[in-house]
Amino acid sequence: MLEIRNLTKVYDGNVQALDNVSFNVKQGEFLAVIGLSGSGKSTLLRCINRLVEPTKGEIIWDGEDIIKASQDELRKIRRQIGMIFQHFNLVERSKVLTNVLAGRLGYTNPAMSLVNRFSKKDIEMAYRQLDRVGITDQANKRADELSGGQQQRVSIARAMMQNPRIILADEPVASLDPVLAHSIMQYLEKINKEDGVTIICSLHFLDLVHRYANRAIALNAGVLMFDGSPKEIDDAKFKDIYGKEAERVG
Amino acid sequence: MRCDLKKKSSILKSLRLGLFVLIGIIVFAYAFQVTNVNFETTRSEVRITQLTRVLRALAKPELIEYDTTEVDVATPFYLPCPDSGNMEEVEKNLKEEYITTSKLCASPKETITVEGFNMPPNSKGPVNFLAASGVKRQLANYETDNNGYFSVDVEVPNRQPVAEAQYIVATIRTTSGLPKWSNTAKATWDKIIETVFIALLATTIGTAASIPISFIAARNLMKDSTSTVTSTALNLIGFPLGFYLGYIFSKWIIDLLSPLQRNVFATLAGLLITGFLAYLALRRGLPSEDINKPTTAVKVQRFILLLIAGVLAILSIILFGEFTKLAGKLLESILGPFAFLGNALYLVGDITTMFAPAITAIAFGGVVASILNKFGLSLQNNISSKSLKIVNIILSTIAGAILFVLIMALINWFYQFNDPKISFYFPLAIGGATGFILALIAKPKQPLPTGFIIYTITRTILNATRSIEPLVMAIVAVIWVGIGPFAGSLALALHTIAALAKLYSEQVESIDDGPLEAIHATGANKLQTIVYAVIPQIIPPYISFTMYRWDINVRMSTIIGFVGGGGIGFLLQQNINLLSYRAASVQMVAIAIVVATMDYISSKIREQIV
Repeated sequence: MLEIRNLTKVYDGNVQALDNVSFNVKQGEFLAVIGLSGSGKSTLLRCINRLVEPTKGEIIWDGEDIIKASQDELRKIRRQIGMIFQHFNLVERSKVLTNVLAGRLGYTNPAMSLVNRFSKKDIEMAYRQLDRVGITDQANKRADELSGGQQQRVSIARAMMQNPRIILADEPVASLDPVLAHSIMQYLEKINKEDGVTIICSLHFLDLVHRYANRAIALNAGVLMFDGSPKEIDDAKFKDIYGKEAERVG
Repeated sequence: MRCDLKKKSSILKSLRLGLFVLIGIIVFAYAFQVTNVNFETTRSEVRITQLTRVLRALAKPELIEYDTTEVDVATPFYLPCPDSGNMEEVEKNLKEEYITTSKLCASPKETITVEGFNMPPNSKGPVNFLAASGVKRQLANYETDNNGYFSVDVEVPNRQPVAEAQYIVATIRTTSGLPKWSNTAKATWDKIIETVFIALLATTIGTAASIPISFIAARNLMKDSTSTVTSTALNLIGFPLGFYLGYIFSKWIIDLLSPLQRNVFATLAGLLITGFLAYLALRRGLPSEDINKPTTAVKVQRFILLLIAGVLAILSIILFGEFTKLAGKLLESILGPFAFLGNALYLVGDITTMFAPAITAIAFGGVVASILNKFGLSLQNNISSKSLKIVNIILSTIAGAILFVLIMALINWFYQFNDPKISFYFPLAIGGATGFILALIAKPKQPLPTGFIIYTITRTILNATRSIEPLVMAIVAVIWVGIGPFAGSLALALHTIAALAKLYSEQVESIDDGPLEAIHATGANKLQTIVYAVIPQIIPPYISFTMYRWDINVRMSTIIGFVGGGGIGFLLQQNINLLSYRAASVQMVAIAIVVATMDYISSKIREQIV
């Protein structure tokens, strides 16, 4: 479904973030991306929906290269790719409902957005998504009045508004406590199992990877070090991924 | 060894410090010289007396006055003493008020004593010499004691000798009735209202215009906008072409509609019909959601509908202008005291009519440019890069030539070379060559940083405009629209646009990028990202900067009258020039009150909203 070939990204100032990364993602997979901070996980995820322009390589989605897509085509591709961020990236001064509805923008005529109007169908859908993550009662609060866990649920609802076929989650639980982390991961698992949405999720904790992912890839300094089942990560592989001096925690 | 090094560096350090101190002393010494600092003048007695006089006048603003009745108490006086020695002496009624002079006659410049009896106790008034010609000349002021007695020495004026009796007159002034606002206070009130409204108009217009500009001048929104050589060139060709076509079109439409122009109902009906049809076409042409890829037929149909909607919208804008003008005039004649509402409506219409051709031209320019752009994009994806390069070179040469000729036309307007060689052929050749070289160097699909270029140009223009003080702008505005508050409003509005756009754009640059990224990732385009991720974040700082600017505009509008820009400054300057400091003091008090009040109100509003 998604095929990444020889993806390379060099930032200004000759910083090599990704180096010839290739892998496949199958429909319905829960793929974890692991690696140290700065190993290129975020860059990899952002290259897939071209929030970051790749320097070289191909990203084949439904037989077409995302990197070659024009602005109009890109808009149509992006709206099928939901994204969840470490810092939630909600518009804090807007209502929760507006934040969720924003997930629909890729399907809305820009001229309509100027006057801030969504169709009835979209609003109903937004309430359904809020219901799914259990925060319907917060719909009319401002986003910054919510707790961290609730904000991340809003951003899941926003991603689900896109009717996504794939969700990119960039360290979705890194700024949450362990209990909340599991609750958020369970929502992602549910979306993956019930809706068949493919999930590519970068994670820091290996126990989370073992618990939720059915496949993992690992990056070290932009190079793909590992691709396989999470169970295969033994001590030797661990040292490859995280460096010789690393110790396992948790 | 190490120790030596340390010592050396510390000596160097103190030497450097000493040098800085020396330079500082020299700079300030020169500053005293240049700014004419001279404390001798501050101690000079004449100046201190003047200063005291002015400060005392300023401390007594001429706010209130009373109705006064004046009663003259006169005594005959001969100037000079008559040769015959025949002098008429009037019997004084010792029960009423009367004045006496120490001599009945005197030669010019002689000093006599004037005494008054039974005058109102503790009152003041002038002692005048009333000449035979009827001319009054003030000799002194008297001040009575508790018994109504006064005595002053006066110098008799040096006048033409007259044989008959002239008079020494003491005037008794009694105030009657309630205190009332002085004429100065009334004039000040009128002008201070004008001042506040100048600030209001300037701030409103400035805010409205600077918001869209601030997005163009924000680096974080613009830096990622790039376009290829092909589409840049096509835009540069398409916009001026469309602009010209639109201008011609609007002129033609206005001519076409001119028979309607004197009929309120015809214009209203036209406005409603065109507006409604434009709305229908827009609804049909703009689908709310695009799930599947539309077919070419649907695309063409939508395009035609949108084009029709655009033309109808232009028609309705022109009709709206005409209608509001007519309706405004009509209302003005029947509304009586509320005629200003009709006038406002008329002005709205007049502004619309004035800007309709420009709006049309810009809209046409945008449409033609975007059509050409679309065409360019499909061309770019469907031909080989070799032929694309040739196309690029041709387009870029034309675009460069057009751009340079247009820029030169502007320069020529200022400097009037009026030589086709300079104003047309040179820029044509240079521009063409620049475009040619650019397209030759660039790769066929290389993105050019157009966003960044537009950002830089906008910022430069804003900075240049901002550095011109509103007082200077007002001088130009006065030449354009005449002396009065309109000139002041224009100048302040222009400066407000430049200043606010800069402040606003800095706010846009400092917003949190996360939401922007998130909204972008949903497939939202640039416009949607601005509406949903940028605007919610910038509302509080925008309001607070608008209030800040409002404070500045109130202050500026109080002095913009100094150069003829209307408002209270005009009165203030006039009174200062006439040396009537008590009147000027009224205006200063008014300015202080207004500025303080507006400061207070705006800080309250800021607390409420932000």
